[in-house]
Amino acid sequence: MRKTLLASLIQGPLTEAAPRPDEKALEEVSEGLRRAARRSLGRSLAIREVDTGSCNACELEIHALSNPFYDIERFGLRFVASPRHADVLLVTGPVTSNMREALERTYRATPEPKWVVAVGNCACTGGLFTSSYACVGPVSAVLPVDVTVPGCPPPPIEILRALLALLVGMENDTPQNV
Amino acid sequence: MTALDDLLESCWAAAPCRPWPRLSVTAEQWRTAANELAAGRWTLVSLWAEPQIVHMSILEDSSNRIAILSLQSSHKDFPSIGRSHTPALRLERTIQDLVGLAAQDLPDTRPWLDHGRWKLHHPLATKPSQTHGARPYHFLPVEGPDLHQIPVGPVHAGIIEPGHFRFTASGETVVRLEERLGYVHRGVESLMIGSTIEHAARLAGRASGDSTVAYALAFARAVEAATEIEVPSRVHYVRAIMAEIERIANHVGDIGAICNDAAFALMLAHLGALRERVLRASMNVFGHRLMMDVIVPGGLVRDITSDGIHELLNMLNLIEASFPKLVELYDNTTSLQDRTATAGIVSPELARLFGAGGFVGRASERNFDARKSLGYSPYDMLTFDVPIRKEGDVNARVWIRIREVEQSILLIKLLLDTLPEGPVETVPHRVEAPCEGISIVEGFRGDIFIWLRIDAKGNIDRCHLRDPSWFQWPLLEAAIEGNIVADFPLCNKSFNCSYAGQDL
Repeated sequence: MRKTLLASLIQGPLTEAAPRPDEKALEEVSEGLRRAARRSLGRSLAIREVDTGSCNACELEIHALSNPFYDIERFGLRFVASPRHADVLLVTGPVTSNMREALERTYRATPEPKWVVAVGNCACTGGLFTSSYACVGPVSAVLPVDVTVPGCPPPPIEILRALLALLVGMENDTPQNV
Repeated sequence: MTALDDLLESCWAAAPCRPWPRLSVTAEQWRTAANELAAGRWTLVSLWAEPQIVHMSILEDSSNRIAILSLQSSHKDFPSIGRSHTPALRLERTIQDLVGLAAQDLPDTRPWLDHGRWKLHHPLATKPSQTHGARPYHFLPVEGPDLHQIPVGPVHAGIIEPGHFRFTASGETVVRLEERLGYVHRGVESLMIGSTIEHAARLAGRASGDSTVAYALAFARAVEAATEIEVPSRVHYVRAIMAEIERIANHVGDIGAICNDAAFALMLAHLGALRERVLRASMNVFGHRLMMDVIVPGGLVRDITSDGIHELLNMLNLIEASFPKLVELYDNTTSLQDRTATAGIVSPELARLFGAGGFVGRASERNFDARKSLGYSPYDMLTFDVPIRKEGDVNARVWIRIREVEQSILLIKLLLDTLPEGPVETVPHRVEAPCEGISIVEGFRGDIFIWLRIDAKGNIDRCHLRDPSWFQWPLLEAAIEGNIVADFPLCNKSFNCSYAGQDL
């Protein structure tokens, strides 16, 4: 273990510079944010991931956000185990009929203020599964969606850009600027 | 003479099906098959249905031969396989849900994928009916003093797919785990009916995203078998390189995640970085981090350039430089071994009975790897080891994965070294009459089975995809028994079954 730890010290960090926030996502979030929320949250977001029918490719890329290259926690973004601790629901997959109730209940369990980010083509539009007997459709068919991140699956950097846009959107919309 | 030889001699070929036959059997022969499966001479590969016909795919263990048996069912039922051969149980419950054909005297008639919430009831039947709404689901009873239940999911605490686990525990010890799945059922097979081959290939590539290469490969091979397309040898090589990259990426990521669940985050950090490098190389060489939609029926949409070969070799060198040190770290950290050794044991008998594929089977002495046992191209020309262990615990599954990473590195180097020149563009398929194809491909998780029928217009008439997880999920229930609740994440991660691939 000593060898590995020493080697890691010498090697220097893998973490890369932050990407610019996603412009489109910035537009999406600039409208709907409330002042009180910004004051209470500061520069930190707790994220609960909810898979409502994804093929698990989006999950792989969301997982990658925590690897040393992206290291999402340095931005104050962290994944939490319960919706009761969350500010953001990160939803993947076309919402299947079998998952609809679970998604609604997860949303209700999330305290206000809260935001919903739809990750991946399926979550944004229903993707290839729009006409299925087993799917309800995109996340917006069930919940109000604040930010969409298209892609099949979107690469981690795009998901990060969207989440940063959510953070920056909150800052730009502070009471002083209004 | 084996029972399969008998069948092959006495049965009609139901349709032109390649490369293995599909036979029309009588109810009597169907029951004989159930006996062969229960006796362990055959392994169940899959069980599925169309309106008025049930299909069963089997593997004869002694000869590694595959066949599909088809039974006409003019009534609404068919003789149950699950009654004498447990691995068929969930598949028969699924047939009941999707097609509406009932297995006779099935010991468990609860719906499996159908939670009573779809727009249609029996969606794959000739005439689907109106859905009757959700009904309470009765979990199997567990009786005894001082037992309590712990319901978990479908929304879990981590970034994972949805499913419900019902633990019954006595104190900390798990007495019974019952899984309820089906939450991510998207109706993939139904969406394929009548679709073009190209569209169906995209759907197949999204059956389980972590195995997108393996699924796309299995689908392409099934189409090519059905339409008798010979793809150039370079295509086989590039596809195999992609399949091995996918195997490395998943194994490396999962080994890290298993260690993380044993509170050893250092391994996850290092192996997570390694996985990221593999994905970035895949992005540069194949244009997609997970290599989605690159393999298509008839060929590839993208070839490896000489720069690409260079990039892949660099990536492999990097893994070779850092992976052994991490393996050593795993091997020398007693606090980690304390958690993984003897946890979540699957007995060799159960692994054989269920025909468990991949590292789950091979960690429990089941010597089956579709690449070697069935020897499809280009693996039939390559030399490589299939690691086997017999302890069947979390540690054994980790070691099988470690050894497989090493083998995959060697395989990719070998394939890159001997990569033949030639085109990789799609060979057009011509279809004049309905035809059927089968393929079995070794994904990182185990063998993926696909059977499909193409109609006279060249569209998909019916396609069935069977994920390796079908026969691994039930073993997780067995593996956790007698372990403590806190070890469940560790056991679960060491299996890493697919929800999406199973629910489809």
